[in-house]
Amino acid sequence: MDFLMNYESILSQNIQSIKPSGIRRFFDILEEMKDAISLGIGEPDFITPWHIRDAGIYSLEKGFTKYTANAGMAQLRREIASYLERRFDLHYDFASQIVVTVGGSEGIDLALRCLLNPGDEVIVPVPSFVCYGPLATMAGGKPVYVELQAENEFRLTAEQLRAAITPRTKVLVLPFPSNPTGGIMGREDLEAIADVLRGTDIMVLSDEIYAELTYGQHHVSMANLPDMYERTVVVNGFSKSHAMTGWRMGYLCGPAPVIQQMLKLHQFGIMSAPTVSQYAAIEAMRNGDGDIEKMREEYDGRRRYLVEGLRRIGLPCFEPRGAFYVFPDIRGTGLSSDEFCERFLMEEKVAVIAGSAFGQGGEGFVRCCYATSMKDIAEALTRMDNFLTNLKKKQARQG
Amino acid sequence: MKKLLKLLEEDCTLTTAQLASMAGMTEEEVEAAKRKYEEDKIILGYKAIVDWDRTDREAVTALIEVKVTPQRGEGFDRVAERIYQYDEVESVYLMSGAYDLTVIISGRTLKEVAQFVGERLSTLEDVTGTATHFILRKYKEKHLIFQKQEQQEREWIFS
Repeated sequence: MDFLMNYESILSQNIQSIKPSGIRRFFDILEEMKDAISLGIGEPDFITPWHIRDAGIYSLEKGFTKYTANAGMAQLRREIASYLERRFDLHYDFASQIVVTVGGSEGIDLALRCLLNPGDEVIVPVPSFVCYGPLATMAGGKPVYVELQAENEFRLTAEQLRAAITPRTKVLVLPFPSNPTGGIMGREDLEAIADVLRGTDIMVLSDEIYAELTYGQHHVSMANLPDMYERTVVVNGFSKSHAMTGWRMGYLCGPAPVIQQMLKLHQFGIMSAPTVSQYAAIEAMRNGDGDIEKMREEYDGRRRYLVEGLRRIGLPCFEPRGAFYVFPDIRGTGLSSDEFCERFLMEEKVAVIAGSAFGQGGEGFVRCCYATSMKDIAEALTRMDNFLTNLKKKQARQG
Repeated sequence: MKKLLKLLEEDCTLTTAQLASMAGMTEEEVEAAKRKYEEDKIILGYKAIVDWDRTDREAVTALIEVKVTPQRGEGFDRVAERIYQYDEVESVYLMSGAYDLTVIISGRTLKEVAQFVGERLSTLEDVTGTATHFILRKYKEKHLIFQKQEQQEREWIFS
C-alpha cells in the first residue's frame, strides 16, 4: 500500500530514535507454545487481596465514578503519608508533597519531564528496568548508562557515579530493589552515593516500587539520609507490594516545589488517577500490611529454593535480597544471554529473560522471576538442569 | 518449626528439598521433624481434596447436629468416640451453643445417609436428638475453591 504521507519525516525524531524492545519476538514464540513454563513474568502471581478488590467494587456500587482532585483523593494521600511514615520513616505532607499517579511508570515520566532541560544528562544504572532511558530521551534529556558489576552484586558504587558525572548531569536514577537483578542498596551503599551528591545540584529519582519486597533487611530510601530528602523524588506504588498491577496505582513524593510542577503536568496529561483504583488503594493502605507480610514470606521461600536450585545445577548467582528476581550468571555456558534464552525456550519450553534486554551489563546473565508457583519453579529447575547437561554434551562433541 | 507445619498444611506435596529451602532447614532436619510430627500425631495424615461432583461418582454429604447427654466422668468424649468409630463418619466436632456435636457423614445415596442417622446415630442411648442438613454444593474447603476460576485475558508484556 502506498502512503500519501511520509510518516518518517512527520513523526518526532526523538520517538523514532527510541528502539522498540527486542523481547516482543520472544514473547510471541512463548504465546504460541503449549505447556511452556514462564519465569519471565515481571509481576506478582497473586491476585489482589479480596478486601481491596471489595473496596473497589463498593465504590462502584456507591456510584463514586467522578474525577477526583488532580493530586488524588485527600483521603488517599493522607493514608499514603501515614503508610510511608509507618513503614519507611519517610515524612511527606499529604497536601503539597504527594501526587497519585497512574502506576509508578507515570511517576517516572512526570519526574523526568519536570526535571530535564534539553541536553541534561540522566545517569541510569544498568541492567535495570527499561523505561528510564527512553523516558529521559522523550523528555529531551540524554541517558548516561552506568554498567553495574556482578562482583558488586549490581550495586552502584561511588566511584562509578563520580566517573559518570559531568557538568550536564541533572538526575541520578536509583532503581533499587532492582528489577532485574534482585540487588538492593543498603544504608552504607547509599551513604557512599550521598557523599558524592552533596554539594551538587543533582536530583535523585528513587524508584522504590519493590521497597516492600526485601528479605532479611529492611528497605532504606535515599530520602532517609541526611541532606538527601531535599534532592530526592521517590516513586512508589501498589503494583508489587499489594499485587495491584492492573489497577495502575502509583505515587510520587518529594520536595513541595518539585512535586507541584509534576502535579501541573499530571493535571494536563491525566486529570486524575482512576477513581475506583483510588478507593481500592485507600483500603490497601489502611488494612493491607498483613497482605504484604504474607506475600513476602511466600516469595522468600520460593526465592531461597530457586537460588539454591540454580547453584546446585551449576549456575552461580549472588543472593538477591530484593524484588522477586534471581539473576544467575550464565557466562560459563559459552552462550550469549539471548542465545541461552532462545535455546532454553525452544529445547525445554521454559522462558527466562535475557539480561541484555535490561541494558549493558546484563549480558551474560538471565532474569528468573519467582513470582510463580513452587511447582513451576521446581519443574523449571529440572528442565534447566536437563538443558545444561545436554548443552555440555553437545559442546563436548563439537570439541 | 512452626514454619514447616504451615508449609505442609498448605501443600503437602512439596518435596523435602523445597521444604528445606523454604523453611531454612537442611533436608535431614526436615525429614526428622516430619517423622517426629507424624509420631506425635501432630501431623495426622496427608490427603487430597477431591471435587467428586466433577466425576461420575455419586456421593451425598450431610452435616448433622447432635444433642447428647454427657456421661458422668467422661463428658462428651465417650459418646463422640462411639460416633466417630463408624467409617461413614468424616468428622466429629464438639460445639458450643444450641447443640453438642457436629457430625459430618457421607454416603452414596440420600437413603444410605438417612438410614445411618435413623438406625445408628439416633439410637445411641446418650443421643437425645438430631437434625440432618444435606450439603448441596461445596464452594470452598481448606482454602481451596471448587469451581474453575475464569482467567483474565493475557498477553505477555515486558515488565
